[in-house]
Amino acid sequence: MSDGSPSLRRTIRTDYLARVEGEGAMFVEIVDGELRDVRLRIYEPPRFFEALLRGRHFSEAPDITARICGICPIAYQTSAVRAMEDACGVSIDSGPIRDLRRLIYWGEWIESHSLHVYLLHAPDFLGYDGFVEMAREHPRIAESGLQMKKAGNTVMALVGGREIHPVNLRVGGFYRAPARRELGTLVEPLQRARETALATVRWAATLPFPEAVREPELVALADPEGYPIDRGRIVSDRGLDIAPQAFDQHVVEEHVEHSNALHARLRGRDTYLTGPLARYNLAFDQLRPLAREAALDAGLGATCTNPFQSIVVRSVELVQACDDALALIAAYEPPERPYVEVEPRDGVGHGATEAPRGLLYHRYEIDAQGKIRSARIIPPTSQNQLAIEQDLREVVGGHLELPDDQLRHLCEQAIRNHDPCISCATHFLELTVERH
Amino acid sequence: MPPRVRVIGLGNPLRGDDGAGLLVAQELAGLARPGHVAVEAYEGEGVGLLSLWEGADAVWLLDALHGDGPAGVIRRFDAGARPLPVSTRSASTHATTVADGIELARALGRLPRRIVLYGIEGEAFGTGEPMSVAVREAVPKVVRTVRAEVSAALAGSC
Repeated sequence: MSDGSPSLRRTIRTDYLARVEGEGAMFVEIVDGELRDVRLRIYEPPRFFEALLRGRHFSEAPDITARICGICPIAYQTSAVRAMEDACGVSIDSGPIRDLRRLIYWGEWIESHSLHVYLLHAPDFLGYDGFVEMAREHPRIAESGLQMKKAGNTVMALVGGREIHPVNLRVGGFYRAPARRELGTLVEPLQRARETALATVRWAATLPFPEAVREPELVALADPEGYPIDRGRIVSDRGLDIAPQAFDQHVVEEHVEHSNALHARLRGRDTYLTGPLARYNLAFDQLRPLAREAALDAGLGATCTNPFQSIVVRSVELVQACDDALALIAAYEPPERPYVEVEPRDGVGHGATEAPRGLLYHRYEIDAQGKIRSARIIPPTSQNQLAIEQDLREVVGGHLELPDDQLRHLCEQAIRNHDPCISCATHFLELTVERH
Repeated sequence: MPPRVRVIGLGNPLRGDDGAGLLVAQELAGLARPGHVAVEAYEGEGVGLLSLWEGADAVWLLDALHGDGPAGVIRRFDAGARPLPVSTRSASTHATTVADGIELARALGRLPRRIVLYGIEGEAFGTGEPMSVAVREAVPKVVRTVRAEVSAALAGSC
């Protein structure tokens, strides 16, 4: 400052402390009323798993990578099996095996999105510190979330063998395919979940959203036959259109000092975003009519550029997931064999699928005996990290006048908009704010 | 009619001492009695516990702790009587904790009649780290204690 007095420095920090310190943290530095620095530090388990996979048999990849995340094991398993099948020249793009894959994947979306919408995101909009406080005053909202989450868990348990880290998926298909009557037991809970999801869209659309317009490049899978989940080309709203096999030529991962995670960037392009907002904007026309109508009736429109409204988009995706799951069950005829035999061969395979929180890419190199030579896993959070930091800059820059507590809460809400995978391995957390 | 009992080991087996609760549950697998005693390993997030213990009268949770005590110290919490002494402010962006699950259940009136958490203080939680000697040595002590408590509950003397 010109009068020689010391500069006024505010540091706002949120540490997601738990079993291992520093797994995820936000750091905001404001000097003399101007935003100096915003950093998001994220712990990233895939690096450990990439090393663990080397030398293992290709058939082990789905079960090993499922352990990367307790919330989205099916995403890791599906990307892994698609990559291995790609390496071995096998394609499962139609029929009951693919339908079962989509069904269990929808189950995971239902489980993950309902947790996020009702218990993690809703308290932000209703003015509560967390879902426990919210549940005391709005028990019906919390119960709705639990009911939907349970429906998703039931799908995962039935098709996957168990709820957490399902064990029934394998390269080429499933160890066991359920009978029609078994899937029939899912109809009633999924119908109830679909009704709840429709009500959720209507309710979420009425929440008070901070004004925000963000326009990073949006990247998602494109499946000509439906809303993207288990396959497709990788496309963007700015002309990117590549096969998953070309993804690792287009993505550059940079190491930055403040984070364990590698930041992904598309070569020669600016920041990009994957996840619900990207899928919704790029594949609105591919939504099932029920989901599309629910979105339009709630006033969402065919595009959405406000990340705070991602709670509505996730709710629309809940309708999509329940409705498509029910359609898959109605049309299901068990396969003659639950899996296709996949013989290993020397080669490289790529798999890209849509985890609830965004694009998840796997690449494996295997030898003729099926031994994994190298593995590369690019999770949605490392792809979204730069876009989230950019979001934080906008949020902080526009609200510098707020006291620390309120600013920190708004920042946390901005991070939550993107549902990043920060705290899979942590059990509790402590928060601190430091002033200098 | 004997009480419906759930014994649930929590943690992540790939993160050193975090696998302690799972190991205790594994050692207690023999307690399982179809229909009324289930012993489970659970690696998921906290809110998922509500569906896992649905219908149970008595629940034992087994977990690793990250507190201020030395590794291997065993702590017992009566979670039915009062909240666990940890922060439950849910600023997590992604998952929920065991304490979150317990407090959500308390808020919704879904806590089992009896719920006890046994925790072992750990020190090595890094990905791929081995379990520490102190925690490994504490595991059989928790196994013995929980076995005795569950047996007493089944005998109706709890």
